[in-house]
Amino acid sequence: MNILYFLVGCSILMALVFLAAFFWAVKSGQNDDMHTPGVRILFDDPIILDKNDKSHFTE
Amino acid sequence: MENKDKINDLQLCYHCGENLPHIKHTFDEKDFCCVGCVGVYKILSENNLCNYYAYNDAPGKRLTSETHFEYLDEPSIVTQLIDFKNQESTIITFYIPAIHCSSCIWLLEHLYKINEAIFSSRIDFIKKQVTIKYNHNQISLRKLVETLSNIGYEPLISLQDVVKEHSGSVNKALILKIAVAGFCMGNVMLFSFPEYFGLSSFEKQFQYLFGWLNLAFSIPVTFYCGKEYFTSALTSLKHKHVNLDTPLALIIAVLFLRTAIEVIFDSGPGFADTLTGLVFLLLMGKWVKQRTYHHISFDRDYRSYFPIAITTLKDGIEKPVPINELEIGDRLWIRNGELVPADAILIKGEAWMDMSFVTGESEPTHIPQGEIVYAGGRQTAQALELEVVKPVSQSYLTGLWNNEHYKNQQEKQNFNDSIAKYFSVAVFVIAFVSTGYWLLQNDSHKAWSAFTAVIIVACPCVLALSTPFTLSAILSIFDKKNFYVKNTDAVEQLASCDNIVFDKTGTLTSTENVDLAFSGILNDEEKKMIASLLRNSSHPLSRSVLENLQTTHFYPVTDYEEKVGKGLIGTINDKKIYAGSIDLLPKDITKEVANGVHIVIESQYKGYFMVKQTWRKGLKSLVQKLKNKFDLSILSGDADKDEVYLKTIFPDNATLSFKQTPHQKLDTIIQKQQKGNKVMMLGDGLNDAGALKQSDFGIAITDNINNFTPGCDAILNGKSLKFLPNFIQLSKDGLTIIKISFVIATFYNCIGVYYAVQGTLYPLVAAILMPISTITIIIFTTVATRWAARKNNLI
Repeated sequence: MNILYFLVGCSILMALVFLAAFFWAVKSGQNDDMHTPGVRILFDDPIILDKNDKSHFTE
Repeated sequence: MENKDKINDLQLCYHCGENLPHIKHTFDEKDFCCVGCVGVYKILSENNLCNYYAYNDAPGKRLTSETHFEYLDEPSIVTQLIDFKNQESTIITFYIPAIHCSSCIWLLEHLYKINEAIFSSRIDFIKKQVTIKYNHNQISLRKLVETLSNIGYEPLISLQDVVKEHSGSVNKALILKIAVAGFCMGNVMLFSFPEYFGLSSFEKQFQYLFGWLNLAFSIPVTFYCGKEYFTSALTSLKHKHVNLDTPLALIIAVLFLRTAIEVIFDSGPGFADTLTGLVFLLLMGKWVKQRTYHHISFDRDYRSYFPIAITTLKDGIEKPVPINELEIGDRLWIRNGELVPADAILIKGEAWMDMSFVTGESEPTHIPQGEIVYAGGRQTAQALELEVVKPVSQSYLTGLWNNEHYKNQQEKQNFNDSIAKYFSVAVFVIAFVSTGYWLLQNDSHKAWSAFTAVIIVACPCVLALSTPFTLSAILSIFDKKNFYVKNTDAVEQLASCDNIVFDKTGTLTSTENVDLAFSGILNDEEKKMIASLLRNSSHPLSRSVLENLQTTHFYPVTDYEEKVGKGLIGTINDKKIYAGSIDLLPKDITKEVANGVHIVIESQYKGYFMVKQTWRKGLKSLVQKLKNKFDLSILSGDADKDEVYLKTIFPDNATLSFKQTPHQKLDTIIQKQQKGNKVMMLGDGLNDAGALKQSDFGIAITDNINNFTPGCDAILNGKSLKFLPNFIQLSKDGLTIIKISFVIATFYNCIGVYYAVQGTLYPLVAAILMPISTITIIIFTTVATRWAARKNNLI
């Protein structure tokens, strides 16, 4: 049963790592803007427009 | 010709989506409504940014007036605005009201394509802010702002820095505290389970370990997460009154002490699980209470409407000066569309001031030379020269804000704080009586455990939770009906009001549904001619007159001329037509009525279009519903022309006051309050600002939430005014719900106290009782609030 001492120590250590990760995430501002990144990801890569191809976007 | 025109009507501007005018602008095989839209399109197409139009149809906004940014060349102003600067780059955050769709995000994040000196730009869509990093050696701040402005995204740079004020609004510290408390609670629960399930003698060694671990987890919870409760309790005790934090701090302290003593002396498992659970739930309650509206600001004053700098004339040379540094005697140079920031005498020019910001009246008023122009007016004609007679902060209207006698001093006591007093007394009496009893029995151990247990179990935790949960649920119901209340405390104020004061213009009348009336008679032919002339103009008044005329056929216009702030001149079918203000008309025609759009066809005066105020819909039924429960009154800044009509709607005992100055409005509110009334004020313009701030519950009414609203407790969309009685009733129901939940909580507390006074409160009972009562309360408040909202027809 003495293995429990080791396991309890491990579990607390791991939980602390996650807590630290959460602290880091909040402090670095990752949760400040919950909306824009969701929109941003839907943008296409820039398309280089050809002079002849312009009508493509008028539709 | 006519046929083609009809097709025109169906076509929309490629950039902004508005109807195309008669003379449309064509560029790149696309139709645009005005030069401004073409300009933006040109910039975008030159920089390969036409994707802007791919994500949304017509995402642009029509450019309004031209703003001057000379003041951004002043280093002192620049340093005020920027966030960060090093040798290479500067970072600045702007608030841009025009941000409204995904195309805006796309375009503003591709600014680097327009100008290489811009390194990157990042949008926060909800806050409508963009953070730009740029090389200040290659591009000046002024150039940067002008670039933004040229593509239709003009930043709002005002005296009250919206960006910097908002940055601290998200309480990160609280979130971190919740994280720590939740982390500790989870672990403590885990380590408490073996104790509750019973440990065999073989496993007793672990009890010791778990006890110490629990104590270790309690330390950050008490001293980091619960710190605010101790400081708040201490300050309130210093001021010799008891708030809700006082008993809470006591309980946290007792829980911690008892846990520490039991663990150190190995006399029991302690109450670490109750302690951590309590703090976690309390912090959650606090978090729910904090509601932030990113798009609305309640604490705005004139400063968020005023520009940061203004052009002055010194020896005939234009020089931008920060508004705070304006002095008496300075000469101001106010261009079309700019705002007069301080009371000033008109020296040169034709003043047509749009005082809508001040009075809610949108029609420009003419001010003759030599008279005082009050701060807050916006010039709608050519440039003016003015001389400052009062500094900005002491001007007639802005001075309203600097009145220090506002209600700030008087503490608003909410239900929680007022009941906390009695609660604390009751708990102490029970605790001391039971301690005394056990001491008389010569059982000092039981006396100690009874004392601590009573304090632990009689926790007002439920009280601290039911209020935020109920009131924030109410806030979100209000939110859906376009009624934005500042915070949960304000809801309690709303429920307590017994007096309602209305402003008239902009509050009871609508600014949106403009109704026009023509003084004379026009035949169809003349209507057509006027419409043909007006459709070339983008002025809001021209557009509303055009709408009013409802003409579908138009004539071609020649010799068209638009005089800024005055009106239009044109020739149709060889007839000369004037439409505009009285100054524009040929000299031989003089009329007494100065306002309105006057029409002259072939030097024959036809009459004028006048904006008629329209009452908000459902005004009558609103007053019907309110008049039995509240004292109603009207404070209007206007002449009493509507008194007769208002008297038919409002009950006889309602007081209708007209021609009230902003200061009189404020005084009336103070008088009512001195009589012991709780006053609710509904207003819109800057002239109501003092009264709104002084009232117990000030509601700013607006037709567009993004518009300026004076400082207030709540912002209400004009369309939802009819729900006002329902809003008030729901807030009252909310307070009833809180009281009922208090009764439920007391019931649970009695069970706990029954065990506690006997000195036999086992930690497991406390650990179960607290979550159960909490869950009951949260479920009850949620269900009851929804029921109340349904009853009041709000969902």
